[in-house]
Parts: sequence; structure tokens; C-alpha cells
Amino acid sequence: MRIPNETDRLRRVVMIKVIDAFFKGELESRADHMPFELRPRGKGCSRCCVFKDRAVVKYRVMAALGIGAEDETDEATPLRHYAAAALGRQTPEPKFLSVLDIACDSCVKTRYLVTEACRGCLARPCSLNCPRSAVHIEHGRATIDYAACVSCGKCQQVCPFSAIIRTPIPCEEACPVGAISRGVDGKQIVDFDKCVHCGKCMRACPFGAVVERSQIIDILKAVRDGKKLVAMLAPAVAGQFPGGMERLTGAFAQLGFAGTVDVAAGAVTTTEHEARELVERLGEGERLMTSSCCPAYVETVAKHIPELLPFVSDTLSPMRYAAQAVKAADPDALTVFVGPCLAKRKEAADSPDVDFVMTFEELGALLVAKGMDLDGITPGATGPEAPAYAKGFANAGGVAAAVKLELERLAASDPAAAALKLDARQVAGLTAKSVKLLKLYAKGKLPGNFLEVMACEEGCVGGPCGIGEVKLSPPKRAD
Amino acid sequence: MDKIRVEICVGTTCHVLGGGSLHDLEDHLPSRLRDQVEVVGAPCLKACENGNYGDAPFVKINGEIMAAATIDKIIARLNRL
Repeated sequence: MRIPNETDRLRRVVMIKVIDAFFKGELESRADHMPFELRPRGKGCSRCCVFKDRAVVKYRVMAALGIGAEDETDEATPLRHYAAAALGRQTPEPKFLSVLDIACDSCVKTRYLVTEACRGCLARPCSLNCPRSAVHIEHGRATIDYAACVSCGKCQQVCPFSAIIRTPIPCEEACPVGAISRGVDGKQIVDFDKCVHCGKCMRACPFGAVVERSQIIDILKAVRDGKKLVAMLAPAVAGQFPGGMERLTGAFAQLGFAGTVDVAAGAVTTTEHEARELVERLGEGERLMTSSCCPAYVETVAKHIPELLPFVSDTLSPMRYAAQAVKAADPDALTVFVGPCLAKRKEAADSPDVDFVMTFEELGALLVAKGMDLDGITPGATGPEAPAYAKGFANAGGVAAAVKLELERLAASDPAAAALKLDARQVAGLTAKSVKLLKLYAKGKLPGNFLEVMACEEGCVGGPCGIGEVKLSPPKRAD
Repeated sequence: MDKIRVEICVGTTCHVLGGGSLHDLEDHLPSRLRDQVEVVGAPCLKACENGNYGDAPFVKINGEIMAAATIDKIIARLNRL
């Protein structure tokens, strides 16, 4: 569930501006004005001053253009040069995440902090209960000796005034694999040898210092140049936008796309292959198979839990099967996966069938830039509705449920499937703790013969690049 | 006394810029306001026209448009009415 915040707003407003300028053919001429338009004088500022705000906005515009702050060689390069580079490049940039070092507030590492609420009480349980004797009372207040402190949190738990707080570094806390950490100059940097592109740091940073590098310009250029683009909508689209598939299909048609497909159709194929592969593997004596459709999970295994690799299924994700189907029907078509996911960008870069990835946020910005209200869009013709279990891939538990159903269906004709006793487990949400859990699965220390792993706690619907929930029953309509 | 009418725009622009969170308004209303306020969803209020999307999400309170609406701002306004 997204809590409304200014970072999301600003990111979307920047994206809308960039898209709008692109459509008006003014991207190069207006790019340098954008920081000034977004942060005019006299309207307050988010940081120390409006000039710092503008400096950061410049890098956000670059990110919307697909260019990272790390790629900058000359700070004096004006935005119009980056706009020209974006307009001129042939393929999207192969990097997906960027840290805006000047936006990073270098959140303090200190884990536990004594606040002014401390009253220097007689009981001093903080000092008495500290296992490392790191808490002392000085000048009538508790103080923590950070050389001795091991961040166990006991002092915070026992303080009767709740005067001791835990100060997190949000991005580091969110990262399940320790890929983001303090650089030499105090700013956070991402180690791309460790990063699995789950996007949690991006969501977590309260200063919006971690940004994704957009492919929106590459996609819009392809449309403008008359290429045949087919939008593939992830099952997680349900509930992201008002109006259903028909409206979105109509919207993509209006935007100049050649077609729209429901990735849930690809999920049907994934289910079939996954179930069959499970029967095969267990039949050959293996004890466990895991899902493979979450690219952040697969990358986590590749980079951090190689002992789990043999257990990951070879079945492709719904996105891949959907893309293959599109290309088979029309080899000239260019596929655009539309979803809430950052890691899909990486999966797409590694696959021949997926050409671009657009996030739901970018889609939203695109609709706003074009002044398109989904309510007023002529609905488009969609194919047959995908079965509920295929749409369920977007929710944690959905893959396991689909495999269970498919095994039941196969049992009628396949004795091996009928004999299989499915013991499905889930890991919903990649965290440092759940990564440890996965290592135990690899060692065979935990029960289960099918493991569904989702990087995002709610499943794909909780992905980092979504818009936030549409209430299933919005307030009564005025008309 | 007539109920105060709060119309929450459910247009695409307002939705993209955070309008989704406003639908919880009724859950956040203080008890004394609950019987005095009627909350409905309204199709696009057109307040976002002419590139004015930066001030979304919009709500209409008794016919008056509020820009950059948040639940707190709406409740503050309702308290003053």
C-alpha cells in the first residue's frame, strides 16, 4: 500500500513534463527550463533553498530521459544536451537504477539515539540492562557510547518514556542483499554486483535519492517513428487505474500502439510448464522446485544464493511467453511490458522477445500528459478474458495456487501428476531475513516441495513502480 | 442543515497524482463531522486543464475547488465550514 508522499508526486510531475515536451517537439528547447518551472522562486522549497531543489530536479529530468547522474562527466552540461542524447539513441540505456548523490541526505548510521524526552530518571533501566554497558548517565541524561553499542535495542525497549529511538537508514534497511551502502564521501552508492533491482531502496528513500532510469523516451520515439508497438499489460494492472482492460486497450490504441495483450495469457502458459516441470523434477527424485517468474528473486539466487540455483524452475515468466506469442504472430512487432516492476527491465534486457518496459507510473504520466481521462476513452476490443488463476499471478500465493489447480487438472490424464503430493510454500517479500530462509531451503532444512518466491510482499501488485490502489468500490458516483 | 458535499475527483490525472488515497476520507472523519458530510466520487472536475496537473488531486467542497487536496486539508476545511 503506497502511503502518499511528495517523492512520488514530484517524480510523476517531472515525468509528465518531459512527456508533454516530447509530444510538442520541445524536449530540447524546454529541458533546461524545467527545473525553474518546477521550482519557481517564492513558492517555497523542499530542501535548503530553491537552487538546491532545482539542482536535484535537473537530475530527475535526466532520469526521466533515461540518463543517470553517474554518467555525468561535466556538471555544466545543460539538460538540452541530455535531451538530444535521449532523442538520438537507438536502444534504451542498459542501466536501470541511479543514485542522485546530491539528493542523498547521508542518513546517519547511528542506530539508537537518546532524545530530549529522556528525563534522567532514577530507574535508569537503559543503563542497567545494556548488555555491553554502553549506556551511561551524564549531565542528567542517558548517553550511548557508540564504540560499545551493538544496536541490540534493549535500551529502547526498557525506557519508560520511549525516549530512545531507532534511527534507520531507510535505503539500507529496505535492501535485502546489502547492495546499497555508504560511499567514501558519505553518500550512498549501489554496488551493481550485488543489486537485484528489486527497487525497494527506491521506494524507501525519503529524499527520493534513488531513481529509475526511464525508457519512456525510447518507447515514445518508436511510436512516433511508426514502429508497431504492442503493449503487454501485467496482471497487476487490475486495480491500478480506474476502468478495466477495455479502457486501457482503447487508451493504447489512441496513443498509437498497434495492439494490447493481457500478460495473464502468458501466465496460463507459465502455469502449464511450471506444473509439468514440477512433476518431472520430483519424478526424477529432486526434493524441491522454486518458481522463476520474479526476476528480482532469480537475480538474488544468481548473485547471492547460488546453492538454490539448481532448484529454480526453467519455466519462463508470463512476460516472456506473452512476448514470444506476440513476436510469433508478428515478427515486426516491438513488445512493451507494462507493469509495476523495476526488475522486469533487467529481465527484458536479457531477453530477445521483450523490447521495452514501461511502468504503471509512466503510463499514468503519459495519460496525464496527453490529457486523456480513462473514463472518456472509447473502450478497445480485448481478447477473451484470462482465467482467474492466471490473473492471480499478480498476488502473493497466486503462482502456487495456479500450479495446484493445474496439477489437479493434469491428474486426470497423468498418473505422475495424480500421485504428486503438493506441499507448496511461499516466501512473500525479499528481506535480509527471508534471504537467510532461502538458504535454509537450499540446504533442505525446511519442508515443502514447491516454493513460490516474490520479491514484493503483496506480490506484484505491491511492486515499486505502481500508482497505488484504486479502491474496489470508490465513493458513490455523483452522476 | 444541508450536508456538506465533498466531491472527490476520480479522473485519471487526479488518480495518478495521488487521488487514490483520498477515498479513505470517510474513515478519517472525526465523529462530529460524520453525519454532516456527504462524500461522493465525481468524474473529472476539469480543474487539471491547461496543464494544471501540478495542483492535482482536486476535490470540490460545496462547489468550491481545493487544489493539492489531502485528507488533513479537507478535514481542516470542513471544520471551518
